[in-house]
Amino acid sequence: MSKKITIEPVTRVEGHGKVTVHMDDNNNVIQTRLHIVEFRGFERFIQGRPYWEAPVLVQRLCGICPVSHHLAAAKAMDVIVGAGTGDGLTPVAEKMRRLMHYGQIFQSHVLHFFHLVSPDLLFGINADPAIRNIIGVAMEHKELAVQGVMMRKFGQEIIKATAGKKIHGTGAIPGGINKNLSIEERDHFLKGEDPLNVDKMIEWSLGAIEFFKNYQSENSELIDNMAAFPSNHLSLVRKDGAMDLYHGVIRAVDANGKKILHDVDPQDYLDYIGEEVKSWTYMKFPFLIEYGKEKGWYRVGPLARLNTIDFIPSPLAQKEFETYKSYTKGKPNNMSMHTHWARLIEVLHAAEMMKVLLNDSDLQKNNLETKGNKVYEGVGMLEAPRGTLFHHYRINDQDLIEMANLIVSTTNNNTPMNKAVEMVAKEQMNGHAIITEPMMNAVEVAIRAYDPCLSCATHALGKMPLEISLYNKNNQLIDRKRK
Amino acid sequence: MADIINFTIDGKECMAEKGIFILQAAKENDIYIPSLCNYEGVKPQGSCRICSIKTNGQFVTACTTPVADGMEIENNTDEINDMRKSIIELLFVEGNHFCPACEMSGDCELQALAYRFQMMVPRFIYQFPLREIDARHPKILKDQNRCIRCKRCIRTIKDEKGRSVFAFYGRGKNIEVNVDPVLGSKLTDKLAAKAIEVCPVGSILPREKGFRTPIGQRKFDHEPIGSEYKH
Ligand code: SF4
Ligand code: FES
Repeated sequence: MSKKITIEPVTRVEGHGKVTVHMDDNNNVIQTRLHIVEFRGFERFIQGRPYWEAPVLVQRLCGICPVSHHLAAAKAMDVIVGAGTGDGLTPVAEKMRRLMHYGQIFQSHVLHFFHLVSPDLLFGINADPAIRNIIGVAMEHKELAVQGVMMRKFGQEIIKATAGKKIHGTGAIPGGINKNLSIEERDHFLKGEDPLNVDKMIEWSLGAIEFFKNYQSENSELIDNMAAFPSNHLSLVRKDGAMDLYHGVIRAVDANGKKILHDVDPQDYLDYIGEEVKSWTYMKFPFLIEYGKEKGWYRVGPLARLNTIDFIPSPLAQKEFETYKSYTKGKPNNMSMHTHWARLIEVLHAAEMMKVLLNDSDLQKNNLETKGNKVYEGVGMLEAPRGTLFHHYRINDQDLIEMANLIVSTTNNNTPMNKAVEMVAKEQMNGHAIITEPMMNAVEVAIRAYDPCLSCATHALGKMPLEISLYNKNNQLIDRKRK
Repeated sequence: MADIINFTIDGKECMAEKGIFILQAAKENDIYIPSLCNYEGVKPQGSCRICSIKTNGQFVTACTTPVADGMEIENNTDEINDMRKSIIELLFVEGNHFCPACEMSGDCELQALAYRFQMMVPRFIYQFPLREIDARHPKILKDQNRCIRCKRCIRTIKDEKGRSVFAFYGRGKNIEVNVDPVLGSKLTDKLAAKAIEVCPVGSILPREKGFRTPIGQRKFDHEPIGSEYKH
């Protein structure tokens, strides 16, 4: 007889994650599943709403990275109002949005690393959860905690200056932006009193990378091996192969670095990306159509991005990227826990990009909006903190949305997260019939390498068919219910 | 010269021209009485009851009751304010007012009143009625989820012959305000802009204009509704 063991809930991961482990008679793991039990329904309830509402409405998918959804939807709406597929905005509109996005990447990554991950590193993954949290960090490593809090604040203030509010603002509108950046706002970030200025942010970002590199060299056993597995990697890259988190073409490489998706236009994503529905979770499983469901799954996020890009277009981050790449001798990095390293390099890149943008006088210009010939369908893509984001909308001739398809980062990482959980489960549980504390912790840490937030990823209310099948001990179907 | 009369609001001595409505008389004495269905320059109808005050121990609507000599008016009391708050709550539960994604958020009088009267969780049960957006008219959208049936549009937006461009349809709880199918063509750009302006909520919407005003520059971003009054 096989046993089923359930671990719940996963702490410090937003939303509800539920993991089930199936074992055979000899207590060997035969199957694990990460179940996402939340249900968001955004694709359904945006239907019938005017298209210009989408950027403001769908950002409510997430409280950690709302800006990503806000901008991805706005980018789709740019296409719809005839402002082009990435090159049609005025310089001030494009740059304000980029500033908003880098502020967002910065604050979200900082939250992910300092607030949610650093406790695992500083206290060890098996430390008492009562101290293994940000408060514990504040008590014992005050400087680090202060940096985390201040860096996050800086990113959030950038968001406020560009979107009007720190969370759930309104800055991006179809075809543009609703405000520029005043000189006072700009100087606040460029010349703000220490530590709240962009130079300090760059300095602290470098410090965080140093911290991680030291940690990794002392704990390479854990960091290199935990939930390490080969996979494909997918992200947007700039046309010349540079990292570009706001706009680009879709590229994927395999575990050895061979290009398997050759820089395709986001508007054509449906030709290349399929989504599989499984009966045991609300989250779909995306895959590269050419490689099929079994072989075509991929990872997204910082780890994947640093595997797909050729270089980073900001000098300090590029230098760190080279060091990072040399660790795997230029080959793709398949070590899940190295996601944190990659994430911190992106923190540095975001800080450098914010500085470049803040020094750009285009941000003070006034031509905020572009319009052209309306079309009825548009795709908006960008690289959100935790990975590639697809927003696809179709409208009718009365300006109302009639179809929405959203593939969020966590959904893109669905298979990898399940893989990571399976690896950890096998490693920790084979031969044991009970759930141990270290097992729980390891699963939690593996999920957190990808995502602190699962709630955004199940948003297809009314689309997910639920089917319950009942089998007898001879594996014969005796009842089946659908809804 | 018009007759000047004396009256009090919450004990404060006031003066006004005889015969004007209490709402107007209070305004002239720099005293705030909240209003919603009332629209300056248009005949009042007293339908929302948010302007209720008490005089002689009775609730009356300030927008439709003329002020009289020697009147003692209660306005800013806990009892009256709670009653006003309950009206706001009723309006919220009766429709689908999802402020987070509404383009009139920050410019909406109903939302502003809810903030002013510190509405938290309504004491009534949400009805979640099934209502839709009517987007057929080329100049405006009519979001029925947010209409509070104040009739400000019906009373204000008239064609050159004085006929209302907006009208009621249906009955009872299914009643809806919409553009008259015949007179709809009379909605000029100017009248459409006026209709959007008179609607106190986000029920009459412009096409492709939403969210143009940045947060921080909207009508009620900095001060609660009624802050222009001293009392
Ligand atoms: S559309 Fe606006 S103005 Fe007209 S009745 Fe409804 S809420 Fe009042
Ligand atoms: S404002 Fe007086 S009843 Fe509505």
